[in-house]
Amino acid sequence: MQEFLEFTLGGVSVGMVYAAIALSLVLIWRGTRVLNYAQGGMAMFTTYVALIVINHTGSYWLGFAVALAAGLALGGFLELTVVRPAERRPPLNAVIVTIGLLIFLEGLAGIIYGGQYRSFPPAFSITGLTAGSVALGISPSGVFTAAAVLAAAIALALVFRYTSVGLRLRATAFSPDVARLLGVRIGRVLTLGWALAGLLGALAGLLVTPTTFLYPNSMDAIFVLGFTAAVIGGLDSPVGAVTGGLILGVLLSYVGGYLGSNLVEIAGLAALVLVLMLRPAGLFSAPAARRV
Amino acid sequence: MSEAAALTVTDLVAGYTAAPVLDGVSIGAQPGTITAVLGANGAGKTTLLRTISGLVRPRSGRVLLDSASVTRSSPEDIARAGVAHVPEGQGVITELTVEENLRVALLLRARRDWAAALSGTYELFPVLGDRRRRQAATLSGGERQILVIARALLTAPRLLLLDEPSLGLAPRIVAQVMDLVRRLRDESGLTVLLVEQNARSALAIADQGIVLSHGKVVARDDAAALGADEGLRRHYLGF
Repeated sequence: MQEFLEFTLGGVSVGMVYAAIALSLVLIWRGTRVLNYAQGGMAMFTTYVALIVINHTGSYWLGFAVALAAGLALGGFLELTVVRPAERRPPLNAVIVTIGLLIFLEGLAGIIYGGQYRSFPPAFSITGLTAGSVALGISPSGVFTAAAVLAAAIALALVFRYTSVGLRLRATAFSPDVARLLGVRIGRVLTLGWALAGLLGALAGLLVTPTTFLYPNSMDAIFVLGFTAAVIGGLDSPVGAVTGGLILGVLLSYVGGYLGSNLVEIAGLAALVLVLMLRPAGLFSAPAARRV
Repeated sequence: MSEAAALTVTDLVAGYTAAPVLDGVSIGAQPGTITAVLGANGAGKTTLLRTISGLVRPRSGRVLLDSASVTRSSPEDIARAGVAHVPEGQGVITELTVEENLRVALLLRARRDWAAALSGTYELFPVLGDRRRRQAATLSGGERQILVIARALLTAPRLLLLDEPSLGLAPRIVAQVMDLVRRLRDESGLTVLLVEQNARSALAIADQGIVLSHGKVVARDDAAALGADEGLRRHYLGF
């Protein structure tokens, strides 16, 4: 029973990181119908930015804030310079462009920062919490991870639901031509969508890297699992993305805990294949024609 | 409502592939009039509206709103210049609520006007007020048509482009929609370009009519004269 509690809470904390990546993919997918394969690479890059700021200033939180801002700027910048020109071409072009972007960012990080593994500090202690003598399987850092992603997801939901910017984002995502005919400048809206996705990715990078080390490919495995979480949730659904991340995190935590940690990656892949075979539209999305 | 605009389209050529769908179309519409655009399927009626509103880029020709050119402007800029295009198949954003659909149109107006404009819309179209919190997907075909017209009006247009507003509606609802379009001209002085398959009901409310065939204007006259032209009716209008 105690093991079960440990694995569950540990899974929730990791799952929220997958949720953040999934949410960033959903944001971009809903707006532009592009799967952004560079999302993990962007998060890796902004985490390097955070590390440099932290090393220079000694302030974790300054590095944290700068990385989030960098994610916002990087997302918007890439949409304007790289993605938009590919948008008018056949859909596959944009997908290949994001793969190219990933390779470029990882190569650039290698040139600038070198390929060695660097440790990245957590926001809070990584010593597991206990209730009396019972280990809970989650550390203050893990609690912060789950809370930060949850807060970001709720903030995003409120913006989408209750603000003019959110209405623009939704109208553009659901019906870009109608939005344009009503005067919505959808170019700006799409740039904003990518910027918000960049911010979420940066958050995920900051939260997960203390457990993985930082190196040019450090976000690859996280990205695959975040992508899996997005597919589980149905690429169209923000609620599905968060739920998919939680389901996957807890599931993989059980697999790692009960069956052995070397099975985690295979189990993640198996989950992806299973969902694609059984419910290709995801658990939270109405099946509909889509292009990749 | 802002001042209605005159529309002048000159030698418009546009299309999606090498063969143009519009092959040198010229039309003019006076402020505060209804112009019915008629013709068979594939004649170019929808493409004409899509080109005026900027969704299709013309290869040549000009589109003037009063004396200002909107040729090759983006759809969002053309909308901001006062052109409201209600596309075929209605263009309700089904994932949003009725009120959210209306609010999208208000985004280009000053925030202080929003509340009054919304309550004005609900007064004019009580059915929308009753359903304001519902998903637009739950509306009937007639209600959706009212929603998209009401939404277009909220942009305070100077020119209204309506693409087949009667499509798929019951005859009684068609009559209501046509009556609404006529009132928009009579009471608000709006300029309307009305594309219709249903030539008879369109000509009944229009001031002038234009008949397109294979991307060219083949007839242009007063609505009454067009409706009375036996040969034209048999050839192009089907009634």
